[in-house]
Amino acid sequence: MNRLALGNTSLSFLISALLCLAVADIAVTALNPWDEMLRLMRGLLRPEAASIEVWSVIWTVAFAVVGVGIGAAAGFLLAIAFPHLVAVRASALVLRSIHELFWALLLIQVFGLGPVTGVLAIAIPYAGIFAKVFAEIIEEADLTAEKVLPTGTSVVSAFAFARLPEVAERFKTYTLYRLECGLRSTLVLGFVGLPSVGFHLESYFKQGKYAEAAALLAVFYVLIGTRRLWARPATLPFLLIASLLLLPQGIGSGAWLPNLVRFVTHDIVPTPLRNGEVGSLATWSAFSVWLQVIVANKVLPGVWNTIVLAQIALVGMGMLALLLFPLVSRQFMGRIGQPAGRLLLVVVRSTPEYMLAYVLLQLLGPSMLPAIIALAVHNGAIVGYLMGRHADALDYRLDAPRGLNLYAYDAVPRLYGQFLAYNLYRWEIIARESAIFGILGVATLGYYVDAAISEFRFDVAIVLILATVALCAVIDAASRRLRRGLRISTLATRLADAPAR
Amino acid sequence: MTAQIVFELKGACAGYSGRPALFDIDLTVRANERIAVMGRSGAGKSTLLGLLYAQRPADVALVPQASALVKPLSVFHNVYMGRLDHHSTAYNLRNLVWPAACKVAEVRGVLESVGLEPEIFKAAGELSGGQQQRAAVARALYNGRPILIADEPVSALDRVQGGDVLSLLKARHETLVLALHDVHHALEHTHRIIVLERGRKVVDAPSNTLTPDDLLRHFGGEP
Repeated sequence: MNRLALGNTSLSFLISALLCLAVADIAVTALNPWDEMLRLMRGLLRPEAASIEVWSVIWTVAFAVVGVGIGAAAGFLLAIAFPHLVAVRASALVLRSIHELFWALLLIQVFGLGPVTGVLAIAIPYAGIFAKVFAEIIEEADLTAEKVLPTGTSVVSAFAFARLPEVAERFKTYTLYRLECGLRSTLVLGFVGLPSVGFHLESYFKQGKYAEAAALLAVFYVLIGTRRLWARPATLPFLLIASLLLLPQGIGSGAWLPNLVRFVTHDIVPTPLRNGEVGSLATWSAFSVWLQVIVANKVLPGVWNTIVLAQIALVGMGMLALLLFPLVSRQFMGRIGQPAGRLLLVVVRSTPEYMLAYVLLQLLGPSMLPAIIALAVHNGAIVGYLMGRHADALDYRLDAPRGLNLYAYDAVPRLYGQFLAYNLYRWEIIARESAIFGILGVATLGYYVDAAISEFRFDVAIVLILATVALCAVIDAASRRLRRGLRISTLATRLADAPAR
Repeated sequence: MTAQIVFELKGACAGYSGRPALFDIDLTVRANERIAVMGRSGAGKSTLLGLLYAQRPADVALVPQASALVKPLSVFHNVYMGRLDHHSTAYNLRNLVWPAACKVAEVRGVLESVGLEPEIFKAAGELSGGQQQRAAVARALYNGRPILIADEPVSALDRVQGGDVLSLLKARHETLVLALHDVHHALEHTHRIIVLERGRKVVDAPSNTLTPDDLLRHFGGEP
């Protein structure tokens, strides 16, 4: 790790964020933000337990368990069957690059607002993520034993004896951790109409019923906080079966096959191609004009705003993480303070950023500010939490300094490479989330996707979604390059890989 | 009295990622021969063993340099792995979850011979380096194929223990090609000694014509 390179990288991100900040719309437009904030605080401190919709909690768990379960199974098969097939890797990349909210908006057109939409909206992108992570775990595993197996050993035996035992533990940890993400995703899907906790939260927040919202949120935090107690290998079969039985009935269309055919062969086909003859030149020139208009009026402004939001949020996340990580480190907070700091960060991290942005939008009025704060706070809590764990895993010398001196002279310098690795890894995640926040009215790519879908112009929506995928792929590639260039590409980047307590 | 040829290399060269590791090696190994391959680290011993193994993998029991155990699995499973090809996949999977008493007894017998019997149901990752090496040897013994190729199979054991393990391997396998670093082991347990120096064969002679000093001169091994 080169100190100068690490510093230069940080500085260029900082400068780019400042430039973005200069052009971003971050005005507070609400007339009385403090009054509303006060009402929110008052409501959050007086949760109204009677308003908890029990079924929405059950359905949240059911959607998450079934969605993550199917995603994990599909990802497992993809990862073990085709670890090196470029086509499979590429399709896994596309699956996971499309956010679950976009998947939900598309799937609603085919399956209506029902259980299938909810389950698939989680299962499809998660399958892509699982395929990637499982393949990486297999790559990192010690597979020397496989080479020593007697020739003639069947493929299944070789897998079961020499490969599965080496990776099973990490597969298990990762899958159970993903369940937590699945719960957050399910909550967010409530904002587009799925009957999860998020559905009721949205209406409570909209009506200013903060006490009711607080009670429901508290249940959600407990659900996530106790995940290790109720989601274990032993309880998984029961959870899966119960979840399948308890999924809610759907509303909307039962005729999904004709819907799917119509959607694929008509709705998402670009309008000029739909009507014109495929062979004629006029059709294609019309198509090119159609595409140019979309790119000029929607893709480019959408990409620009997405990048502006993502850069500011990324740097905000980094600064918050650096400030927050001592809170969860025993070295800084001691045995008594550390659990309290940890609780704080786990609560913040469990708050879906989409919901946070939604609430801030009610308080501060429409601008980019709510999205920036939501992304920086949520991701800052995640990275801060991880950094705290790394800080406690360091060996400190017996006469190490304390407090700020320890922070500035010991912990931060030693953790800085790891810190940048997390930041660069989350760059792409933040860009994807930035795109999604368009649904809330910030003019990022998601704004144009949402608008196209509500006008039933699915062909336009698909172009915009693909533009989002491309943007995330470019950022992912840039992040990898940077991490390799800085020689921090082998450091931990996933939550499940941070040092254990 | 010329026995059947098991391995034959003529002018063999090999290398890793463009960097040559072996030059122009001629080598014939006949059935029932016991050969020691010696040389400094990086001389090309492992590369040579790899070339030989690739010639007839189906007849070879292999002890690789890094013991190559599946660390989360028990010693029993690691040794049983030496014969995965003898059983149906279904039977193998059943043994993974619920080891059959008769297989446990077989493996226990092998482990007794290398002094690892008490560790039979310990995870391989919990063993010491020497124990891991003996587990890898047990896997090859259990595999039982007529030719043994072993890359420093006793490097983590003391000279007495190492000698015992080599005697076991001699008794179990017909033809042996062993990378060794202990000159006394090589002289005592093999018929023929090959010394490699920077990828070239510099000694290839019957053991009984060599003295420890002859060998030490070439690579400065342990006296």
